Parts: sequence; structure tokens; C-alpha cells
Amino acid sequence: MTDSKYFTTTKKGEIFELKAELNSDKKEKKKEAVKKVIASMTVGKDVSALFPDVVNCMQTDNLELKKLVYLYLMNYAKSQPDMAIMAVNTFVKDCEDPNPLIRALAVRTMGCIRVDKITEYLCEPLRKCLKDEDPYVRKTAAVCVAKLHDINAQLVEDQGFLDTLKDLISDSNPMVVANAVAALSEIAESHPSSNLLDLNPQSINKLLTALNECTEWGQIFILDCLANYMPKDDREAQSICERVTPRLSHANSAVVLSAVKVLMKFMEMLSKDLDYYGTLLKKLAPPLVTLLSAEPELQYVALRNINLIVQKRPEILKHEMKVFFVKYNDPIYVKLEKLDIMIRLASQANIAQVLAELKEYATEVDVDFVRKAVRAIGRCAIKVEQSAERCVSTLLDLIQTKVNYVVQEAIVVIKDIFRKYPNKYESVIATLCENLDSLDEPEARAAMIWIVGEYAERIDNADELLESFLEGFHDESTQVQLQLLTAIVKLFLKKPTETQELVQQVLSLATQDSDNPDLRDRGYIYWRLLSTDPVAAKEVVLAEKPLISEETDLIEPTLLDELICYIGTLASVYHKPPSAFVEGSRGVVHKSLPPRTGSSESAESPDAAPSGGQAAEQPAVIPTQGDLLGDLLNLDLGPPVGGPPIATSSVQMGAVDLLGGGLDSLMGDESEGLRSDVGGSPAMGSGSGFAPAPSTAMPANLGAPLSSGLGDLFDLTSGVGTLSGSYVAPKTVWLPAMKAKGLEISGTFSRQVGSISMDLVLTNKALQVMSDFAIQFNRNSFGLAPAAPLQVHAPLAPNQSVEISLPLNTVGSVMKMDPLNNLQVAVKNNIDVFYFSTLYPLHILFVEDGKMERQMFLATWKDIPNENEAQFQIKDCSLNADAVSSKLQGSNIFTIAKRNVEGQDMLYQSLKLTNGIWVLAELRIQPSNPSFTLSLKCRAPEVSQYIYQAYETILKN
Amino acid sequence: MIHSLFLINASGDIFLEKHWKSVVSRSVCDYFFEAQERASEAENVPPVIPTPHHYLLSVYRHKIFFVAVIQSEVPPLFVIEFLHRVVDTFQDYFGVCSEVMIKDNVVVVYEVLEEMLDNGFPLATESNILKELIKPPTILRTVVNTITGSTNVGDQLPTGQLSVVPWRRTGVKYTNNEAYFDVIEEIDAIIDKSGSTITAEIQGVIDACVKLTGMPDLTLSFMNPRLLDDVSFHPCVRFKRWESERILSFIPPDGNFRLLSYHVSAQNLVAIPVYIKHNISFRDSSSLGRFEITVGPKQTMGKTVEGVMVSSQMPKGVLNMTLTPSQGTHVFDPVTKLLSWDVGKINPQKLPSLKGSVSLQAGTSKPDENPTINLQFKIQQLAISGLKVNRLDMYGEKYKPFKGIKYMTKAGKFQVRT
Repeated sequence: MTDSKYFTTTKKGEIFELKAELNSDKKEKKKEAVKKVIASMTVGKDVSALFPDVVNCMQTDNLELKKLVYLYLMNYAKSQPDMAIMAVNTFVKDCEDPNPLIRALAVRTMGCIRVDKITEYLCEPLRKCLKDEDPYVRKTAAVCVAKLHDINAQLVEDQGFLDTLKDLISDSNPMVVANAVAALSEIAESHPSSNLLDLNPQSINKLLTALNECTEWGQIFILDCLANYMPKDDREAQSICERVTPRLSHANSAVVLSAVKVLMKFMEMLSKDLDYYGTLLKKLAPPLVTLLSAEPELQYVALRNINLIVQKRPEILKHEMKVFFVKYNDPIYVKLEKLDIMIRLASQANIAQVLAELKEYATEVDVDFVRKAVRAIGRCAIKVEQSAERCVSTLLDLIQTKVNYVVQEAIVVIKDIFRKYPNKYESVIATLCENLDSLDEPEARAAMIWIVGEYAERIDNADELLESFLEGFHDESTQVQLQLLTAIVKLFLKKPTETQELVQQVLSLATQDSDNPDLRDRGYIYWRLLSTDPVAAKEVVLAEKPLISEETDLIEPTLLDELICYIGTLASVYHKPPSAFVEGSRGVVHKSLPPRTGSSESAESPDAAPSGGQAAEQPAVIPTQGDLLGDLLNLDLGPPVGGPPIATSSVQMGAVDLLGGGLDSLMGDESEGLRSDVGGSPAMGSGSGFAPAPSTAMPANLGAPLSSGLGDLFDLTSGVGTLSGSYVAPKTVWLPAMKAKGLEISGTFSRQVGSISMDLVLTNKALQVMSDFAIQFNRNSFGLAPAAPLQVHAPLAPNQSVEISLPLNTVGSVMKMDPLNNLQVAVKNNIDVFYFSTLYPLHILFVEDGKMERQMFLATWKDIPNENEAQFQIKDCSLNADAVSSKLQGSNIFTIAKRNVEGQDMLYQSLKLTNGIWVLAELRIQPSNPSFTLSLKCRAPEVSQYIYQAYETILKN
Repeated sequence: MIHSLFLINASGDIFLEKHWKSVVSRSVCDYFFEAQERASEAENVPPVIPTPHHYLLSVYRHKIFFVAVIQSEVPPLFVIEFLHRVVDTFQDYFGVCSEVMIKDNVVVVYEVLEEMLDNGFPLATESNILKELIKPPTILRTVVNTITGSTNVGDQLPTGQLSVVPWRRTGVKYTNNEAYFDVIEEIDAIIDKSGSTITAEIQGVIDACVKLTGMPDLTLSFMNPRLLDDVSFHPCVRFKRWESERILSFIPPDGNFRLLSYHVSAQNLVAIPVYIKHNISFRDSSSLGRFEITVGPKQTMGKTVEGVMVSSQMPKGVLNMTLTPSQGTHVFDPVTKLLSWDVGKINPQKLPSLKGSVSLQAGTSKPDENPTINLQFKIQQLAISGLKVNRLDMYGEKYKPFKGIKYMTKAGKFQVRT
């Protein structure tokens, strides 16, 4: 007799039959009927029609029947809220039951009924259960608070449940502590601002005690909570580490990884000379290795995290290379991750082993994996210089296999090896050329063409080879076409005599027969260069290319540090900070590693960049692909336009073209000076850093900083400032260093004597000097634009800051933004272009002549239709009417009249925006009440909300 | 926390769903199906799949996908560990974990899932406690229940959940008190063409079956505890004693449990108990290749190697194989190209071998890849790492238990490249 029989009733009168059975007198029949109902429910059938009948079965002594009914209730209460009320009484009664199991069950189920009407009834029983004598009930009640918070957060706060929950952290039962921590963490996630988990040494001590005694899941919650704590000194950090270390031997891998997170984070505070530091490092390796013997899904998550750990502290796993060797029946996602870590761990000591393995993998069946293995050989060559020769010969062996995709992949990586070690391995070109015909993938073709063009002088028949590609020019992908164009121009510059015809052919193909603007523009540039100044052309096209370095695939140090704080989370699986992808993570607080005490900052830096020697080199970080924001592509990246008039039309057009061409042509391996302006606009001559040589080799990293930059909208109203003239908010970070390759920008807006300015602080947190700064705004609601170029006089050295006040005007082009006061900014330096957006307070736009005549005011007030009136409350402001009036006047909000009506002060005010919009205001102040009422009337009502924000900002500071 | 769970069978049907918070539409699984389609084999479906509003974390076991839905930042290992725990619990309850079994016991499954999580927080995952709450179905109990009208839901508060030893229930009674420990070691190894070891490591576990009355307190000591430098313990083991004295001291759970697992890393020298001599060639010109393998014992410490199974995935170009084994039976599946040879025991005097020819598809070129040979074997009464239990003592109870220790070495992922 099995439950499958419950699935077999599919005839028509099923519901009717069940109804009859549910109302049967026989207990057994009733129970069977409920079971049938539950079975139907689990497979997604709708049995909600039976709600009243099932609820009737609830009042029973039979525990199983009760549980089954509860299961049903949880599922359908939402769709039948009125019926669900019927169940409330039974719940309340069950919460008083002498059996703690029943009490816990009742409070548990009540929390799962997501019906507003019921939650009100829940509060009293819940309050009792939170203080229940039985810890089993208490721990269940703790979770119930989290459930209730999910349904009605306000209710939970009003009822003071959060405080009770905080008290439970000091409960005597470890399970209760763990559940309280878990509940608080979940609530805190939807409430980032609230300081729910206020950790201090005492509470930390309680948590550490509970850690030893609670269940494995509780340990995970507690460890994750500990990781958010910032110890006050290295001693405290060490003592926490000592107490967390035993968790590394837990059988549950999630406990292990959470413990690793705590240790990795707090280790940052320990001095490296400490014996304990070394011991801890040694203790970390075995548990990480053990994670790799678990099920493949666990391995995958572990590997993603190990990938971060080996980047941060390569010393931990440097002897464990072998555990990352791939077994042929590993799932593909495990194989690829292992491969990545193998390369990160590759060093001169183990390179022979690694290469032998990689060569083995290159003969496997799975195409994706084989490709990645071949690519890995190339990365090894670039990473471990001593092995380069061996890698190249391994690659040649692989090319000899003639397996099509292996050959293509090998050619792509050999191109990179040439870039790293120029003039060293060109002897292999002959072998590569033999395989020319078998290349059918664009990337491989482009790589091969690049090689031919770059070494044209050594390849006797280079012209023939390139000519053969030219035949099918129009069928090639853009990548190949661009590469072919460049290669032929290179060839021409090297052997001008015999290739004139060829170059003309390709130039005409590119400029006349192509619809692709990138190709056309590049063609025109070459054409013009070649026709006007061949010497210059040679300098530009055959300029020495910067070397590529092994660090191309490393995560930036600032991001890495943040990710280390997120070990074990989804962020660590995606290698992106949670703010970049977790839904609903409004204003996630960026976590950062604690600073090391006891050792100087300089001791830290080699750690951040594992190969110190490379540090001074230009890091060519390959960008992570992000989503481009269409809007921002309209930005002009040239130097700021001095006067406003040209800005509107010409720049607009030029910008599209310029960016389109610039971005696509900037493949990492291309260094010709193509970033310069196409149309020969004034931007070209102004030397804004578009010099051909090194700066142009940067990859077009648009995606990553973009998407994240927009996520950080700062609340300008929360700052504290001084009161003199127009209010100036304190500076906030607009562009964090980790999103802009080390450039940090913070700033604020101010208005003084009629002129608006943007006060910026630029800080260089990278390891290289920054120069060639320029700034540009996207079109915005009020036409804000820089009135002068961004003047940074000296190059910005590492760890240096510079303060700049950038004057703004409001004659730029206008586009309505959402929110209205959103400003999107592009800042360029010698490294890249970065984007961020910020909100400016509207009061910087209040002009000095905003005082309206009394009569005019009255007339206008009447004239503006009532539906344009908006009312707001300004809370917690203790100023009197006169103080308010003078304070607002400082920011160009003028009081026209003041009346006293029934003990209330009424202020009538006016202000004018830079674009001529008048706003009229009535401010009602009651002496006893700290809440002001603000009524705004304006012909453009959409600004009201922002005016209100400005009022609030000014009045509260 | 964990929002919902969907169980999906190999043909892509959702046959069970359970929601611990608000209901998530099953259409969310469409993203999973997409990923499933993209993956060539079920094993290759990525375990973490992002969707616009949720994340899908899945494990694949017993030909069933267990897909958990989460909405906020939750440690993925926590979810995956939990899913494995669900599978283990089902297996524990029903003997096997299969679609049929789950459907047959859907109400128990539902009840168990409800007890395992509350609002997405783990509630009771120890099978000892779960079984107290919801009794596993047995034929006898079903019969008794139908007659007496009683249920398979316990009506007692699971006492263990509150005590300091949550893994053990109180009031345990046995007439025969016994404690058995199995030391089982698995060798994971990759051996290269020439027979030398590329990497080898030992994954060991000590599984226990303890049926002792009352609250016994056990200590287990080893002859050579030094071997164990990388261990994971069952929560019952007192870590401090281990740190200071290298002794396992614990109050055991009742019944079967894994006391510890350990790992002897690739850096230590691992004895390899068997070798394979192979000679496989796919000749270029004719369509006939040669195939010959011999299995022999290597470092077996004088014990017999048994249960030997050799399997190998042949390249696609192989049409058929004509082979003769000196012992055991062999099968070649021309569809999946999987060759398996059940060897049995290795007799050191007469080494088992498998010889014959390989016929290749006419006209195709020689296969590029070399087949890897997968090896399975068992050696009784040997822990290949050399680990030995010294003694087992019991405190806290007066009776004399019966004690037993067994050793076994097995092949884990043991691969020989050719």
C-alpha cells in the first residue's frame, strides 16, 4: 500500500468525492482524504476549493492529521484569506498547549500563513513563545520573527520583536542563539541601513561559545555573522581565529568554507612575522584540498572560491598542484575550474608537470575543454618565462596533430606569446603558415593575419598569403577584415615597392565597398595617413607595442579584497561583488578587508600584486564583459568643450562615430592610433592623451565600470555641512577605486555667488601615474555642463589626491533624466574612460533673482491649477520661522510674506531655477510640532519632489 | 534562505515541488531546462544557474535533479550540502532514492521536507531526529497503522533536539550491545602511460554502526595517528581531545553514522596496489587495431586483490572489439563504445589479461585520443595508508559491549592513461 494510489484518482468528481470523505465521521477516512488532498497539492493540482472542509479537520488530537492540515493551510491560506481566519483560534489555543512540540508547531505554521489579517493575531502568541521556557519553542519563534518581517516589516518593528530577537543572542541555548543570528541576518539583508547585528566583544564571545555547541547549519550562520565583525586589534583577531580554526575539521563543507572566510579576513590583521600567521597558513591548505574530494557540485563552488584564495594568498596552496589535476570523468564545469587554478599555481618549480598534464588534456574528447587546455599552455608561457620555450614546442607538437580546433586555438595563443616575447620564437612562423588553409574560425584567422602582418619582412610570400585572404574579403567577419586591413598596411610600410597594388585594393574594399563604419573609418585614416605623411604613418602603424603580461587575467586587487570578504557566497561564485547582481541589495555596504595592524602599508603592497616586478608595468586588464548602457554611448570623450555653442549638434554626431570606431577597433592586440578623431574635429589637436604610442593599447573597458557605477546613487540629503551661503553637502565617493582601475573620485556640488561648481577630489589608488584627465557630462535635465576643462596640472602619482573645483554652467544640451537630478559623468585618464552617475541637489540651480513680487506671487499661485500642487512633510526640524527663513534665503529661496494663522506660521516663498521655472511654496510651521508642511506649486510639477528634497537638505543641515 | 525545491526526473518532468516561503512558479525551472539542454550530459549541468529573479542550485543524484530556488545571497555550499542531505535522508528512509519511491511515499516525503526546513532555515537534518518525528514507512507499520488507526508521526518532542548531544536520542536500549567500525580507504590516482604515478591520494572514512544502551562515552585511539593530518569529524567528536592527545573521544549517535573522514594528500607517498600493462594501437593503414591489457598486483602487503573491474571509453571511431579474456567476462557496447571487463580476483601466479583486435570504422582516420582505463578493485583487511586502530574503550556504562573493526581498501577514481 503506497502513496502512489493518491495520484490515480483523475476522474471528474474527484473534488466532490474528497469533500465527502473529508466530512466523514470516521477518523481513518478523514486522514486518508487529507493525504489525498496533500498528494494532489504536491503535484500542483488546485485543491483550494476544499479549504473549509480541510480546516474543519484541524481541531484534532491526532498529530499527523494536524500536521497535514497545517501543510495544506500554508499552501492555500493566501488564496482564501477570509477562510483562513477560521483557523486563527486553533492556532492561538495550540500556542498554549502543554506539549512544546505543539506550541512550536503552531507558531511555526502561523508564520507561514502569509495573510495580513492573520498576522495581527499572531503577535501576542509569538511574543509569548519568544519567552517560552522551552528552548525548542524559542528557537522556532526566532525564525517566526523573520517570517513575519517578510510579510509586514513595520509590524515587527512596532511590536518590538527586533529587540527581543537581539536579546535572544545572549540566550543560554546555543540553538536559540544560532537561529536568532540567522533570523537577524536575514532581516538585516532587506534593511542594510539598520544596525541590527551590532557586534561587540561581549556578543562575539557569546557567539563563539554557541559556535561550539550548535548544529552545523547554526555554525554557518554564526560564522557568516562573525565575518562581518571588525576586531579592534590584532590580538582580538588572533583569538577569534584560534577559536574558529577547529571548524576547519567539520564534515560539512559549508561550515569549512565559512570558517575559511573568517580566517582569510582576520588574517589580514595579523602581522606576518607572527608564528601564528604561519601556523594558520598551514592549517588552511588541508581543508581546502579535502573540499575537492566531495561531490562535484560542492567541488565547483569550492574551486571558484579557491580561485580567489590562490590569487590573494598563493602561498597556501602552492604545494598542492596535483590535487587540481583533471580526472577524465570530472564534469566539465569542474574541469574548467581546475584548469584555471592550475595556471594560477604554475611556477618554475612545477611547470614541467603542468605542461605534461595540459598536453594530455589537449588530446581529450571534449572540445571546449581541449581548447581551454591549449589556451592554458599559452598562458603558462606568458606567466613562467623560463617555460616559454617548452610551451612553444608543446604547442607545435599539438599543431602537428592537425586536429582542426587544436591548431586554431594554438595559433591564437602563439600570437599572444609573440606579443610577450617579441623576436624570439619567430622561427615557428613557417609551421604556422602551413596550416593557413585549415583555419575557419575568425579569431584564429585574425591571429594568423596579425602574425603575417607583424612579421611581414620575414615571410617571403607575405603578400601572397594576405592576397589570398583578400579574395573573400566581404565574407570575412569584421574582426578579420579589420585585421587584414591593418596587416596589409603594415606590409606596405615594410615592403612598399611590391605591394602598392595590394594596399590600394584593400583600402578601396574597406572604404568604398563596406557598410561597416569601423572598417570604413579605419580605412580612411590609413588612407589619409599614407597619402599625407608616410613617415608619420610608419610611426603610428609600426609603433612598438606594449608587452602583454601574465596579469591580464587576474582580478583587480581592490575587487579581490572585497570578494575575499564574500567567500562562500554567490558573489564568490560569480567573482562579482553582490551589488553587481543580487536583486534588492539596495545600497549594499561594500565590505573591505581590515587593515593590518603592526606592519606598515608597504609590507602589504607586494602581497596585493604577487609579482612585484611587474607592478610598474602598465597593467592591461582584460575587461569583463558588462552590459553597455546605450545612453552613455552618446557621450563625447574628447576634451571638454570650452564654450557651450558647439556642444549641441556637432559633438553629438561626432561622438557616435568616434566611439563606435574607437571601441571596436581597440582589440587588445591592436595598437595603431585609431582612437583619434575621425572627422578631424578640433578634439584631435588638443593633445588630450590620444597620442599614438602607449596609451592607445588599452582595451576598451566600458562594460564593467558602467553597470556598477550606476548602481551607486548617493543620498545627498544625509550629510552634515556648514551653514554659509548655499548649503554644500559633504563629499561622497562617486566612483570607487575598484571600479575605475584605481582612480577614486569623490565630490559634491556647490553654488557660490551665482556660479555653480563641482568640487572634486581625485585620488590615485593604483600603482601607476595617472595623467591626461578630461571630463564630460551626458545631456541632463538642466543642461549642466563643465564651463572649463578639467585642469589637473601635474600627473597624479600613486596614493596622491588632488582637489579640483570645476565650474559648471547650465547652457549644455538638455535631456530629461530619471531621476530628474541624475547626472551621468565620464572621466577619462591615460588608463581608460570611466563612467559614473550622481544626483545633484536641486538647490544649486536656485538663482539669485528668484524673489517674486507679492502681487505677482498671489496671481501666479491662483493661476497654477490645483492639481499641480504637491504637499510634503518635513519631519524633525526644530527651527522657528525666522531661522527657517534666513536659512533658506542663503540658498536662494526667498520668503515673500509671513502670516500667523491660529498659532501657525505660514511662510510664502518663491524660487527660480536656472532654466526659468518658478516654484512657489507655502511652508506651515507649528511651534509645538517639529513637522513642517510644505506645499509646492509649479507649472512643471515634476520638479516638486526634488525641490522638497532640497528644502529638507537645507533645513536639516 | 532556501525558497523552494523542485525534483526533476531525467526526462525533464517536475514531479514534486515544495515551497518553504511564498510559492515560486514552476516556470522558473525553464531556465534550468535551458541549461540542461545545453549540457551534453546530465552530469554536466552547472550547479549554479542565475535567472532574472532567482538562483537555481542543483545537485544530480540517482538520475534525479534536486533543484533549490533561492532569492537572496545565500551561501551556495549551504544549499548544496542541504540538498545532498535531503537525498541521503530519502535513501535512509526508503532504501533507495528513486522517482518511483518518492512518488510512492509522497506524503512522508512532504512531511520530512517540512521538518527539514522552516522558512528556509534547516530545522532537523539528523536522520536520528527525523525518524523520531516521522517514522519511516515499513510494511509492518503500514499494516499496524491501518488496523489501529495510529500514524507514523511521532507525538513526542524529539528529545535529542534540545540536549547537548542533539545527535543521540535518550532511552536507547539493546539486548546485544555492539559497536562496529569500518575503516574504508579509497585510492584516487592518475597513472600515466609508462606506469608511473602522476597523482595519488587516499580518501579514508571510518563508518560506525553503534548499538549501545544508554549514554556510552567512547574513546578510540590509533597506533599511528600522525597519518591523520587532514580530518573532518562528526559533530560528536570532541575536538580538543583530538588536538591535544590525538584520541577520538565521543558520545556516539545511535545506529549508523560516519565518525570521521580523512585525506592523505598527494604529497605523501601512496602505495599503488595494482598495475596495468597495456598495449593499445589503432593502426593507421588497415582498419584493424591491437588491444592488450594485463592486470597485476603491485604493493598489496600480501593481501588478495579482488572485485577487479576494468572499464574504458573507446574512441568514437571504434566499430567493434574482438577480445578474449584469460579470466572473467567482458562486454563491449558498440553504441556507447564502453568496454568493461569484470576480472574478479587477481591470481599473482597467473595474471589476468584481455587480448584481441579492434576494428575501426573504414575510411575514418586514426582516433586522436587515447582511451583512459578506469580501474576498480577491493582489498579486504587492509588500510593502504597503514592506519591502524589501537583500542576502543567505553565509559559511562557498565555493560561489556562487543567491539569489531574492519579494514578495507578500494579504488576511488583510479585512472590509467594509455
